Amino acid sequence: MSLPTALKSAFFAALLGTAALTPLAGAQADEQYFPLQSYRVGPYAAGGTGFFGGFIDYLNLVNTRDGGVNGVKLTWDECETQYEVERGVECYKRQKSKPGVAAWNPLSVGIAYAMIDDVGRDKAPLITVNHGRTDSTDGRVFKYVFPLLLNPYSETSGIVNYIAAKEGGLEKLKGKKLAVLHHGSPYGKETIPVYQLLAEKYGFSVEQIEVPHPGNEQQSQWLSIRRSKPDYVVLRGWGVMNPVALKTAQKVGFPVDHIIGNVWSNSEEDVIPAGEAAKGYTAITTQASGAEYPVLQEIVKTVYGANKGNLDDKKRIGSVYHNLGIVNGILNVEAVRIAQAKFGKRALTGDEVRWGFEHLKLDAARVEALGAKGLFHSINVSVANHEGEGRVTFQQWDGGKWKVVSDWIAPDWALLRPIIEKSSLAYAAEHGITVRDPAAEEASN
Amino acid sequence: MDWPFFTEVLVGGLLSGVMYSLVAIGFVLIYKTSGVLNFAQGAMLLFAALTFVSLTERGLPFWAALLLTLAAMVAIGATIERTVLRPLVNQPPITLFMATLGVSYVIEGAAQLLWGTQVHGLDLGIDDRPLEISGVLISIFDLFAAAVAGAMVAALTLFFRYTRIGLGFRAVADDQLAALAVGLSLDRIWTSVWTAAGVVALVAGLLWGARLGVQFSLSLVVLKALPVLVLGGFDSIAGAIVGGLIVGAVEKLAEVYIGPFFGGGIEGWIAYVAALGFLLIRPAGLFGAKLVERV
Repeated sequence: MSLPTALKSAFFAALLGTAALTPLAGAQADEQYFPLQSYRVGPYAAGGTGFFGGFIDYLNLVNTRDGGVNGVKLTWDECETQYEVERGVECYKRQKSKPGVAAWNPLSVGIAYAMIDDVGRDKAPLITVNHGRTDSTDGRVFKYVFPLLLNPYSETSGIVNYIAAKEGGLEKLKGKKLAVLHHGSPYGKETIPVYQLLAEKYGFSVEQIEVPHPGNEQQSQWLSIRRSKPDYVVLRGWGVMNPVALKTAQKVGFPVDHIIGNVWSNSEEDVIPAGEAAKGYTAITTQASGAEYPVLQEIVKTVYGANKGNLDDKKRIGSVYHNLGIVNGILNVEAVRIAQAKFGKRALTGDEVRWGFEHLKLDAARVEALGAKGLFHSINVSVANHEGEGRVTFQQWDGGKWKVVSDWIAPDWALLRPIIEKSSLAYAAEHGITVRDPAAEEASN
Repeated sequence: MDWPFFTEVLVGGLLSGVMYSLVAIGFVLIYKTSGVLNFAQGAMLLFAALTFVSLTERGLPFWAALLLTLAAMVAIGATIERTVLRPLVNQPPITLFMATLGVSYVIEGAAQLLWGTQVHGLDLGIDDRPLEISGVLISIFDLFAAAVAGAMVAALTLFFRYTRIGLGFRAVADDQLAALAVGLSLDRIWTSVWTAAGVVALVAGLLWGARLGVQFSLSLVVLKALPVLVLGGFDSIAGAIVGGLIVGAVEKLAEVYIGPFFGGGIEGWIAYVAALGFLLIRPAGLFGAKLVERV
């Protein structure tokens, strides 16, 4: 569907409160259905069109090239949320009645939080790739929630490890000064305790500065940064906050190559509006950008070649959000494939797909076989670990495109796990959840 | 006390305040003549910036894109007045406010339908590198924006003081019934005012777009204008300027010097606290006309 058509559908759907029209609406017995709570209008539409476009492009590739997963066609429909929680919940209520729901992928912290209890009751997995509750990494407590590839604590550890590598090792962090400029929201504040923990462990000091939502004024924050002269600034932003941060940094004379962006400050949408001020800016990512990977080439040839591509502007193929959508598509499809190997080559229930996600293991060889070598590293999900030990890399904006500037880096999972478990067990106690025993479950499988 | 740093924060705040004033002036123009708080001003600003940048990206020269956008803004302003506000004349203020709220959503949706959802950079050719004056860094772009705001206020002053339509505007602002009685056309004046608000939205949209990037959240800058209006008065252009300067300075000084005691991030609401405090002392704002009603 072309962008104007998709936009018009989404716009009128938003007006009428109905699901946007898509090529494959509804699901039959031999079809696996992906309900998409997408956002193609509203303030976050740029990210939504990229991510959901990539996701749909991959599902289309699997259908067109392979005839689905082992003969089971993949279907989806979109319900416009405009990134609003109440609309997302309304979409959930409407879409869950359709048969063959595989997994939910709202790409919204707020909507995901609002769905946690519901997906537990309805027994369908909720995927929060690169975001969501950090403690939902503990699958013993959050059975149906999967913050795949990267949770906020791992992201923090990955950023600190990257800075350490730049400085010549973790021991060189001693005495350094970091400033974290974070969005004034629960998302922005989530990493405050982890930065404190890592600062104490490695001997650097950290100043955490809040930017009120939406972040379109940052003069005072950057003047404070200029006064305190940190060695690095970590940008934990969202939306308009990111380009404004880069522009204001330039305005107060802070060097852009000493600003490190987090995973929601790493897209083209974050740097293009900042113009020259963004040149040299570095940000973390779980998936490289660019269209040179075999899976993207296949999408270009098979999907866009047949005029089934979801992005209207082909220049966006291989952009950060588009590639995240493709990687998310790979993870969803492979979870279905793995679950089919156990439960049979048919449309699965949400609970069966959840089992597939809990056994989602894609090593370097499998990633290469999927045509995604270099696009992302690997994943190793288990009952206890719903994040799956994703690796991160860092990319630098050269004014026209992102360029990878690091190897794949592993966060310090061992250090983070006890904090995650402390939080998840408290959640279990508060909500009366029985903590699962992974060993016993694996034995019974 | 680190006085150079204090000066830097203060000057930065004042210059930021000028940017808020640019948005507030659009509100004042319409409120002064028709008593309508035009919530669609932010959406008009977004539409202007998005139209301009989309036209330049399609290869139109700067001035051609500017003229076409200007024409589009004039058309939008006149259309809103003709199709929404005029049929609702004599309705309660809350009805008119809700109508502009609806218009705001329609413009935002139309902007995305027409030009797409992508974010854009907008380069006006003004370098945003800092200028150092006696150890104090001042943004060249902010100085440029202040000069544009000054020029716009001067142009509006000349327009309202020396042109026939401008004098009519002042007459309507003073007393609508008296203006009608002497033969002034309210419809024509309201259309002109909405047109002028469209032009102000274009200027503000270009400057804010160059600073933030042209994206959907540009329409949120109206939130910065509201405390300015409360402080300066809803019907005074001078009030919008002075209110903007006060809000800008208060926000920045409070964030730097008081913010750390509250964990930071206070500038989003401190301006509203100041505005509320002011409202209690002077309900009409600094320069707003006091409402006297015969009962």
